Amino acid sequence: MTTTYFTEDHEWIAVDGDTGTVGITKYAAEQLGDVVFVEVPDTGKSFAKGDDMAVVESVKAASDVYAPVAGEVLEGNEALADAPQTVNEDPEGTGWFCKLKLAEKGELNGLMNAEAYAKFCEGL
Amino acid sequence: MADTEKTDLKRTPLHAIHLEMGGKMVPFAGYDMPVQFEGVKAEHLWTRTHAGLFDVSHMGPCFLFLKEGLGAPGSHERIAALIETLVPSNIAGLKPGQGRLTVLLNSDGGILDDLIVTRMPDPALEGMLYIVVNGAVKEEDWAVMTRELGASAGLQRADDRILMALQGPDAEAVLRPHFPEAADLSFMRCAYIQKDGEKYMLSRCGYTGEDGFELLLPGNEVGQSFVRTLLDDPRVKPIGLGARDSLRLEAGLCLYGHDMDADRTPVEADLQWVIQKGRRARADFPGAAKILAQLADGPAQKRVGIQPLGRAPAREGTEIRVGDEPVGVVTSGGFGPSVEKPVAMGYVRTDLAEAGTAIDLIIRGKPHPAEVCALPFVPSNYKR
Repeated sequence: MTTTYFTEDHEWIAVDGDTGTVGITKYAAEQLGDVVFVEVPDTGKSFAKGDDMAVVESVKAASDVYAPVAGEVLEGNEALADAPQTVNEDPEGTGWFCKLKLAEKGELNGLMNAEAYAKFCEGL
Repeated sequence: MADTEKTDLKRTPLHAIHLEMGGKMVPFAGYDMPVQFEGVKAEHLWTRTHAGLFDVSHMGPCFLFLKEGLGAPGSHERIAALIETLVPSNIAGLKPGQGRLTVLLNSDGGILDDLIVTRMPDPALEGMLYIVVNGAVKEEDWAVMTRELGASAGLQRADDRILMALQGPDAEAVLRPHFPEAADLSFMRCAYIQKDGEKYMLSRCGYTGEDGFELLLPGNEVGQSFVRTLLDDPRVKPIGLGARDSLRLEAGLCLYGHDMDADRTPVEADLQWVIQKGRRARADFPGAAKILAQLADGPAQKRVGIQPLGRAPAREGTEIRVGDEPVGVVTSGGFGPSVEKPVAMGYVRTDLAEAGTAIDLIIRGKPHPAEVCALPFVPSNYKR
């Protein structure tokens, strides 16, 4: 059973048990424009909630991607190195950035569900 | 600029059209300007293959003219002698209707701005120059011109009009039905056109590396409806500031305030070609001693093209190293949609300025390999 949570910085995390897959939302990808470069974190690296975890660059600018919750990187999406445009094509699917082993599941309570996030974006 | 209130921003005469076309607006040089319409990459590629329409009304078009003796014999030489006290280029030698890129210099030879100076094509307007300066520094430029030349020359600013660029391989075909003069102009030539009581300046130049035109037209409904007519042409799309930047970077063209500024001379900026032979011999421009010494001995640093070898773009401010030694800085960098890789330019120590020199770009604390390279990244398509 997978549940997806969203942050105010436009990351999503799809949680299944103790593992979460992280990416940026469709809204973020549209705002960024054409993505030309992605740097995903190395396996084994640990992050606190809110740490700079990855970098996404569009034709316009470089943006940091923050860890939505604390965790250790199980895997980075290496396919993005050669196909960064995947982030535009399928941001909430194959354009995922990394998989995390969650350190503190309670942190998920501070995130939004899909409905709340959609409302949040409408207000922007 | 980030904290500028939207309400403080000026609007060009094309502002309403940008909104209608779905432009995403940002503050730029004090104006509310479109950064993109459809998307930077699509707009960039469209301009290289069709025709892109750019609103550059935020820039500083103006006319500098003799207060006395306009149209009299020798009046071009007189206005040229005046402007040549501020710029190192040969303005006297321009033919009627010919324009030239030059730089406004301070007394240390630093670049206050880059500008295009054009001799008016009309014999009745001999003694008048059409000058376009950068939007971000136009007030400062005009203050210098008025202070230094105001006793003999008048300055009429034209930044209440529309200044637009139409760039790309279809530009001439699009403009010709409206301005047949377009077909007769070669690169850096200008026509002065009077039609239905309105005045137009049509120049074959631009900032994309493509063939194209810049057109100064009235800032009223006549000008606005002309722009709408062009946008109705299926070969034409509106282009925002984002693609303007990626196009000029691929074309190896400098952006003032980034790739050159008051701390850089034209020799350091690799723009020594704007200083023609006669001016070097006469050594009569601001900062001549320093500039001529740099021409003879080479400057300490020089602007170069930079080709990152990986996929990570190097942005402005990125440090350049060889080994552990800092040797320069990136002044413009991003992704080139036409070359489909990152592109950059910056300053390096002159002994490293040779194309092919291996350098490292320090991106987020890590060295990324790159090479000094020749500019431009894409061949120019100017109509010579």
